[in-house]
Amino acid sequence: MPSEAEIRLRERLSKLGGMKLLRGTKLSGELERLQDQLDRLREEPSAEEIWRSVELARHQDRPYTLDYVARILDDFFELHGDRGRADDPALVTGLGRLAGRTVVLVGHQKGRDLKERTKRNFGMAYPEGYRKAMRAMALANRHGFPLVTMVDTPGAYPGVAAEQHGQGGAIARSQAEMARLSVPTVACIIGEGGSGGAIAIAVADRVLMQENAIYSVISPEGCAAILWRDAGEARKAAAAFKPDAAHCLELGVIDAIVPEPEGGAHTDPDEAARMLQESIVAALEEVESLDPGKRRAKRRAKYRLIGTLVSA
Amino acid sequence: MSFRQGRVDVEIEKKRTDDAPAGKDHPNTCPGCGSHYREDELVKSLRVCPQCGHHFPVRARERIEQLADQGTFDEEDADLRSADPLGFFDLRPYTERLAEAEMATGLGDAIVCGRAAIEGEACRLAVMDFAFMGGSMGSVVGEKFARACESAAAAGVPLVSVTASGGARMQEGILALMQLPKTICAIEELHEGGGSLFSVLTHPTTGGVLASYASLGDVVLAEPGALMSFAGPRVVAQTTREKLPDDFGLAESNYRFGHLDAIVSRRDLRPTLSRLLRLFGKHA
Repeated sequence: MPSEAEIRLRERLSKLGGMKLLRGTKLSGELERLQDQLDRLREEPSAEEIWRSVELARHQDRPYTLDYVARILDDFFELHGDRGRADDPALVTGLGRLAGRTVVLVGHQKGRDLKERTKRNFGMAYPEGYRKAMRAMALANRHGFPLVTMVDTPGAYPGVAAEQHGQGGAIARSQAEMARLSVPTVACIIGEGGSGGAIAIAVADRVLMQENAIYSVISPEGCAAILWRDAGEARKAAAAFKPDAAHCLELGVIDAIVPEPEGGAHTDPDEAARMLQESIVAALEEVESLDPGKRRAKRRAKYRLIGTLVSA
Repeated sequence: MSFRQGRVDVEIEKKRTDDAPAGKDHPNTCPGCGSHYREDELVKSLRVCPQCGHHFPVRARERIEQLADQGTFDEEDADLRSADPLGFFDLRPYTERLAEAEMATGLGDAIVCGRAAIEGEACRLAVMDFAFMGGSMGSVVGEKFARACESAAAAGVPLVSVTASGGARMQEGILALMQLPKTICAIEELHEGGGSLFSVLTHPTTGGVLASYASLGDVVLAEPGALMSFAGPRVVAQTTREKLPDDFGLAESNYRFGHLDAIVSRRDLRPTLSRLLRLFGKHA
């Protein structure tokens, strides 16, 4: 029997989306936290607020994965290479200590200056990057280390060599690997959660999203170019497909929003890292106590239920 | 003078294309060799050009007729329709595009699933239709594919998937992206229960469908000349300014790079699938 509060929340969630949401299992255990989050949201973000998120998510001073790693993980040891072809600098993997436990980290990495941006390919990974990620995931599973991923990419790299090396298949297999893991997994959208390149490392028990991050099926410019036939209509496109954290929470795509310092994560990276660390540790603690088989089944069930449908 | 001359040229060219629908652009004219066919000729030849072997696109219901034993197909989950979770409106509302696609195609969404037998071997079929909004994957395609996995697992028969898709459906925003992990989780469950998936990629299979269930078959096949790339040729050319190889993203290139088990001509598809169904079958 769902409690009265739960019914209210469900109503609110479905009202926000304006239709029957194909979910429900997820709410009961996390009612209070979701209630907290929803209370903070007040009203639907406006088109201007959504565009502000797009700008902040791409802000040139926004902390990147390795900025957070330096502040959140102790004794970080980076792992390089996919053991087949190359080491993709657009995606970093490694081991570190987080609040008393060893975790495996997988994250996209953008560059700060022109030279590093080029080296990191603007955070757009090749299949080699996703294969490196899969190697790190398998390692985590073998040793029972929780997996933490940080998502910050405009998308997987659209290039000739990337296609020849199997970009689509690599993204599919990386998700399958995450669906198979027995260890606890937490994904954090920390900047741009761009399409397939993002979901490749974001199939997790708990998905967190920073307040000003975006998570979307296509870039606002890409969407505008296709549907409006004008990439300059990116603002309209973003307002239409709603890549902001509040909408992602309402749609059941993420589990929690991680607050950022006033003005955005770049105004105070230390404080942003502290808030992110707190949320990651809390999320890990929520799922660590579960039986591994049950945890994996719940993870799959969560994704199995996302979507909206009607019956004709 | 020269300006005026140019304008006249443009008008003539425009007029020519308007008046010539029976030229290269006609759906029954082969883009490979220019041969033109009557509709019944194409249906009989499985929409493969008898002159040059070009594979024309095939709609979902016709594909099912080509593959399944006569009278064995029993459709499942035909009643599912897309909702409009974002109240999406670009130049037109998403709900209007959906209604129009349903009227034009006679389908509820871009995939048709159901029970079938191929040369006597029972299976489940999940066949996409590019004519419905470019075969884009939204909540309905994801849900129906996941249910097809569950139906196959429950019956202990393999699932045969035929894809034709431009990728995720933008009008469903982030929920469309979530259909990637949804279909993948369903395949994981199918595989863990000992079930099998055969994936047939037809022209075109790109974006989110290639980056999810189309790539995860126990056996992955493609039709000759099928484009199967994560990013489309136009996006790659624009983003990278690289010169694209002539066979960029095509099945032939993917086969060479090791992403496919076989390229199977449409005429051989039914016998090939029935062989696989027997090989993977649980009977002694």
